[in-house]
Amino acid sequence: MVPIAYYLVLSAVLFVIGTVGVLARRNPLQMFMSIELMWNAVNLSFVAFARQYVDMAGHIFVFLVITVAAAEVAIGLAIIVMVFRRREHVDVDDLSLMKG
Amino acid sequence: MLSTVVFWIAAALAVAGAIGVVVTENPVHTALSLVLTMLALGVLFLLLHAEFLAVVEVLVYAGAVMVLFLFVVTLLMAGVKPPKEEHRLRLAYQTLIAGLFGLILFVLVLHGMASAGWMSTLAGPSAGTFGTIASFGTALFTQYLLPFELTAVVLLIAVIGVVVLAREQS
Repeated sequence: MVPIAYYLVLSAVLFVIGTVGVLARRNPLQMFMSIELMWNAVNLSFVAFARQYVDMAGHIFVFLVITVAAAEVAIGLAIIVMVFRRREHVDVDDLSLMKG
Repeated sequence: MLSTVVFWIAAALAVAGAIGVVVTENPVHTALSLVLTMLALGVLFLLLHAEFLAVVEVLVYAGAVMVLFLFVVTLLMAGVKPPKEEHRLRLAYQTLIAGLFGLILFVLVLHGMASAGWMSTLAGPSAGTFGTIASFGTALFTQYLLPFELTAVVLLIAVIGVVVLAREQS
């Protein structure tokens, strides 16, 4: 059987790649997908710990996280569509209205 | 030994998809890379005896959520020019700095895991009936019934919020 530490390192790798995606990309949809990647990385470590301690609480928590993530995607995409509907470029750097 | 082979294949696919999310230019390719990562994570969930979550990962995430993403991509990106390369607001060396911060974060996370003693953790105790769909359902509808009911409220709020946001402003 695969040691749990392997899953944790894989989870860390995916989370860091997602973070770099949020920092480096300027397309709001691609930043959003990078955030989804970070959700998934954390879910993986939850499931790995649930297996390690033989406790269903980790599975229940991942289930709740997936539900909240689905709600977040629906609202986030609605906001993105609303903000960028009338814009020529889809680029978060154009959202500088509140810049001092 | 078979589980080790499956783990490495799924892990390689997951990382490949994740890198695809960060490097692809076309948003459709980004979404498909993310689907690859989620399918690989579904396999890993099965390896970890999370049967129901593996199904949910593929159905809800790789299915429903990514279809929603693709809908918005086609809605928003039709006839839109890609972001300007030399943007006046763009931070200089943004990709380089993001990679540097990512590396620092990775080292910090690994250091945290090592100091918590997780890196030397071996395989967990034998699973038995742990992680079957029956045991998941029993836990969800007995001990964790209240959180499960509350997710219904979260989803209701999300639905109302989306309807309010998407309504045509008059």
